[in-house]
Amino acid sequence: MKSYLLPEFEVERKEEKCIRCQVCVRQCAFGTHRYDEELDMIFSDVARCVGCQRCVVFCPTNALSVRPNPSAYKPNYIWTDERIGDLTKQAETGGVILTGGGNDKPYRVYFDHLVLNASQVTNPSIDPLREPMELRTFLGCKPDALALESWSESGDVEIRTAMPPNVMIETPILFTAMSYGAISYQAFKSLAIAASEYGTLFNTGEGGFPKELRAKYGRNAIVQCASGRFGVDAEYLNCAAVVEIKIGQGAKPGIGGHLPGEKVSCSIAETRMIPEGTDALSPAPQHDIYSIEDLSTLIYALKEATNYEKPVSVKIAAVHNSAAIASGMVRAGADIIALDGLRGGTGAAPKIIRDNVGIPIELAIASVDQRLREEGIRNRCSIIAAGGIRCSADVIKAIALGADAVYIGTAALVAMGCTLCQKCYTGKCNWGICTQDPYLAKRINPDIASRRLVNLLRGWSLEMKEMLGGMGINAIESLRGNRDHLRGVGLQEWELEVLGVKGAGE
Amino acid sequence: MRRVCCRAEVCIGCQLCVVWCQVEHSRSRDIIKAFLYEKERPIPRVRVEERGPVSFALQCRHCEEPDCVFACISGALYKKDGVVVHDASKCVGCWSCVLACPYGAIIRDETHGKAWKCDLCAGREEPICVEKCPNEALVVEVGG
Repeated sequence: MKSYLLPEFEVERKEEKCIRCQVCVRQCAFGTHRYDEELDMIFSDVARCVGCQRCVVFCPTNALSVRPNPSAYKPNYIWTDERIGDLTKQAETGGVILTGGGNDKPYRVYFDHLVLNASQVTNPSIDPLREPMELRTFLGCKPDALALESWSESGDVEIRTAMPPNVMIETPILFTAMSYGAISYQAFKSLAIAASEYGTLFNTGEGGFPKELRAKYGRNAIVQCASGRFGVDAEYLNCAAVVEIKIGQGAKPGIGGHLPGEKVSCSIAETRMIPEGTDALSPAPQHDIYSIEDLSTLIYALKEATNYEKPVSVKIAAVHNSAAIASGMVRAGADIIALDGLRGGTGAAPKIIRDNVGIPIELAIASVDQRLREEGIRNRCSIIAAGGIRCSADVIKAIALGADAVYIGTAALVAMGCTLCQKCYTGKCNWGICTQDPYLAKRINPDIASRRLVNLLRGWSLEMKEMLGGMGINAIESLRGNRDHLRGVGLQEWELEVLGVKGAGE
Repeated sequence: MRRVCCRAEVCIGCQLCVVWCQVEHSRSRDIIKAFLYEKERPIPRVRVEERGPVSFALQCRHCEEPDCVFACISGALYKKDGVVVHDASKCVGCWSCVLACPYGAIIRDETHGKAWKCDLCAGREEPICVEKCPNEALVVEVGG
């Protein structure tokens, strides 16, 4: 069938700069560029271009530029180019439109409508370069009250309350669940190296944890137990710092996962404990969890399996009744609640789901934190917020709204090279991140990628210290749920109420 | 002994080492001039071997006991300060070195009847291929 699709991008090659080195030809896994020996020229088939900018970055003479194709349909507010494009695609394939990355639709980003406070005159701001500033965070259940042994002669205080297991992280930023299989081994390893170097955690996702990495990076791993139960055994659970039950994902709440058989190489098959070349299907629900009581059974099964030594996290997508669900999760025994918002990313999801299901993370954090406080059980869990955390200010705002820490996924991928072309589901990632093709995967050098990730964590942490100092706060603990440090700009009454913040000027 | 080593597991076969080697050994050392305006394109001293997903850049190994130097009939190849040096003015293009090199690291320039090989970018602190490798696959190895 003749395709009626318009090319998404236009490739411009400045002939006076192109030296025919063919680097672009080799870098594009989608086959956009072609060298013609006879004419000694390079031609570009724009219909194949996904706009990932790999060739542009690698061209040694900056001869290339890739930009959105200007030849658009007649402007129409309702029937946008994207709508027409999707309709055309579906008319030609009759299938579900797949995509990768996170929701890119213009839903309100509440972070951009919240402003932070700073100390002026009546209280001093703190210079983080001169005074200690604490970002260290403990994840896990905290006791309702502390019983202290009376002061002994030496002046020491002894805590008599048995402390539930907690995990210490140096900065309240964790790498979110991205499985080996969804991302390349090299990208997975880079996250592990960076997390262990900086003293934070990465998340294995539901793809298992390669055995050879466990001894070195287990202490910095959150291992997932998801609906497919891939790679789960006692050793897997016990090598990690935290065990996480994945109920849902922000990019595709209510939807399962599907790693196609062609990506299930020998090593992935071993890690996931499934036959080589078979599809790895994660069912939409956990088939043993149909209620809070069922969730509790699994939480305690995992606690039993790990000798009550590790916090158990439960991850849900932020949806309409998150607050009530979260309350049930805490009562079921969850030590950590991970909330993944509307803008959370994915390696592959139906576009219609990604773009239309879930709620913005800011609202979910505020409502869950509020509900747990009202019920007097906020201390019994840590809240990790995920889904669209783009910068250190987002982290600070999420924490002020009530989160303990955040998960970053997309931001970490961008640090490694991702340009959000959203073609993760094709398995041809030119940046070597979301692919199992050995030719492409080696484009991620774990030495470089982990360095970039550590730089990102360091940069954000420094900025967070600056912001905290400005507010006159010297520990991230003091900011948690401290919504007095936030004010809303351009928000409606109901939004301010859900967020629990005053309007600016109030 | 000093030589450029390739970490094959992260060599992405982009061939930017080849491109920059050519630039470094061109008259102008300007990438656009070297490729588009100079009369003769310089011959790269490095090549990228590739099969399937495996690729690696290969250049002179600056061997401890270099077969090429023993094979050279005109004295164009000799060892100096641990580096195998090639004096093009003495090279007669007999290709004895090409035959002798167990790595296939010597490149034939048939137009001029000269052999060419990696000179570790004499005069540069770091060989250009190492500096320009986008994935840090090329490293300088210094050893006994």
